[in-house]
Amino acid sequence: MTAPMIELRQISKRFVWRLDLASRLANLLGAGIRERAVHAVNHVDLGIAEGEVVGLVGESGCGKSTLGRIVAGIMDASEGEIRFRGKALSAMTEEERRDYKLAVQMIFQDPYASLNPRMRVEDIIGEAPVAHGLIRRSEMGEYVEKLMQQVGLDPRYRRRYPHQFSGGQRQRIGVARALAVQPRFIVCDEAVAALDVSIQAQVLNLFMDLREQLGLTYLFISHNLAVVEHISDRVVIMYLGRVVESAPTEELFAAPNHPYTKALLAEAPKLVAERRDYTPIKGEIPSPLDPPTGCHFHPRCPFAMARCKTEAPPLREIAPGRMSACHLNEMATV
Amino acid sequence: MTIPTLQVEDLETHFPTRDGIVRAVDGVSFDVAEGEILGLVGESGSGKSITGFSILGLIDPPGRIAGGRVLFKGEDITSASPERMRSLRGSRIAMIFQDPMMTLNPVLRVDTQMIETVQAHEKVSEAAARARAVETLKAVGIAAPEERLLAYPHQLSGGMRQRIAIATALLHSPDLIIADEPTTALDVTIQGQILYEMRKLCRDTGTALIWITHDLSVVAGLADRIMVMYAGKIVETGPVATVIERPQHPYTRGLIGSVPGVLPRGKRLFQIPGMTPAPLNLPPGCRFKTRCSRADTLCDTLPELVELHPNHSVRCHHPHDARPLTPTESAA
Repeated sequence: MTAPMIELRQISKRFVWRLDLASRLANLLGAGIRERAVHAVNHVDLGIAEGEVVGLVGESGCGKSTLGRIVAGIMDASEGEIRFRGKALSAMTEEERRDYKLAVQMIFQDPYASLNPRMRVEDIIGEAPVAHGLIRRSEMGEYVEKLMQQVGLDPRYRRRYPHQFSGGQRQRIGVARALAVQPRFIVCDEAVAALDVSIQAQVLNLFMDLREQLGLTYLFISHNLAVVEHISDRVVIMYLGRVVESAPTEELFAAPNHPYTKALLAEAPKLVAERRDYTPIKGEIPSPLDPPTGCHFHPRCPFAMARCKTEAPPLREIAPGRMSACHLNEMATV
Repeated sequence: MTIPTLQVEDLETHFPTRDGIVRAVDGVSFDVAEGEILGLVGESGSGKSITGFSILGLIDPPGRIAGGRVLFKGEDITSASPERMRSLRGSRIAMIFQDPMMTLNPVLRVDTQMIETVQAHEKVSEAAARARAVETLKAVGIAAPEERLLAYPHQLSGGMRQRIAIATALLHSPDLIIADEPTTALDVTIQGQILYEMRKLCRDTGTALIWITHDLSVVAGLADRIMVMYAGKIVETGPVATVIERPQHPYTRGLIGSVPGVLPRGKRLFQIPGMTPAPLNLPPGCRFKTRCSRADTLCDTLPELVELHPNHSVRCHHPHDARPLTPTESAA
């Protein structure tokens, strides 16, 4: 097997709420206020091969967007190592690091907030490649037109501003901007979540076409299982900062292993006209400020045992290419 | 024969703008029977939410109901006095919004708000009102309701807030609930819980429910009947199984084909070309014709909503046959 294009090793991200002056003064008087930390991403290992589409699924607060931002180089990890084409980021020279950041681009959820409203479309798309010396300024117009055509926008509109476009068109502008620096890897963070169903289909088709034409690799972050099932080769499920399951798409949807994955699949609305009379899983997603001990899912898990409360299950291989973090798997093999 | 809980007849809601009149709801008629769940489906700008607001008389001026009637248990409420509407809203007809913070006041505790709602329509003691609040919170699946009543909205999660908004709507056991995308902002597991509880409540209490959504797959497992709107008009309506499995309007078929999960993985999704027409610039005749592969000169005149099969009506000159949607066909 070839080495993965991007490899995350034991990546963690903590957001710490630092004590301000007033709290520190209060502490001098014995108030005992402590720093609070959110462990948004907790020792995640993830390898993505060249040309692969990995779907990253989880509910709000599970750390999927934070992980996406770390991969895209927008945010630094608190711990752990990222390797790009076999080389650790920390060992890279300034120039190699710049190449990495250009090779990895991101497409955001909100096509309204992610485009500068005061810039014309041609500047939004053309600015970065000119700044990075990929093209000369004199070539910008032609370059932008080519990109707009590629993502299905009418090049005649290149002098317009973002507010003159619909949501679906704006998302295409975001795609063109990401493609402008000739990336190899694209992180899509809920890139179709804000779009109407018929427009969502158009943008998903665009992603699949681009993958074919340019051989792109994607990390596709979404809470929508149907979208992820459709587009991904492999699916990774996260819950409260940890990866709980990772498997090839067909296998995951045919036979989910982790109880959380099973619950997610059972509850995702499907386009089937039949009454579903299951009992939904209980409870809410716990606060990441104060996650449960042991396995994070144990308070909601129908199969929780005493051990789950104290010991976090490690992510282990349960079949070739399939990983799951659940104590039940060990019971089965013993 | 019993009167349906809600009858909407030829409803028209208009918004005058500088550039002309926007006909957001344009001649919409439908009934909802007691205990029935109607899924009202459409994309942004289809008029689905405005239909809901119009029923409750919540259209802000200069927008107005320009024509048609809304009958609630036989009573015309489009011409009802503001006092009459106020006594109906919140007690007999309730609304649940997409954002629970539209319902909840951020500076008041949950108990203050719920008790106020009870006492606004009924003369009961505070203790009795509190007891009823606890009961309804339990009914929507909130654990430890007494404690939750003492919280402020910002101390609760999004799913919990939406449950409280739903419980508030249920306080007077209304005859009709209009729910406008109430689970769109929620996580999948929380959405599953709420759908489950709403369905149970409607079955148990005979409350009629209109569930407004852009997501066909949400109402597929919830509704009894589905009504699809496009650019202010109903284009197809029928029992849920018929509309999902044998849609006859090209727009409904396209919409279902666009949903990932119907086709095999990795196949191109069916895409409806173009986008929803601007409300001020609707094409004459059939409003879908500019995006439709079946359109011809006949479509320059507006088709009527015709009952092709019992209870299944379609607004199209060239409806598809009533055969199941196959993956290969929808991909074509």
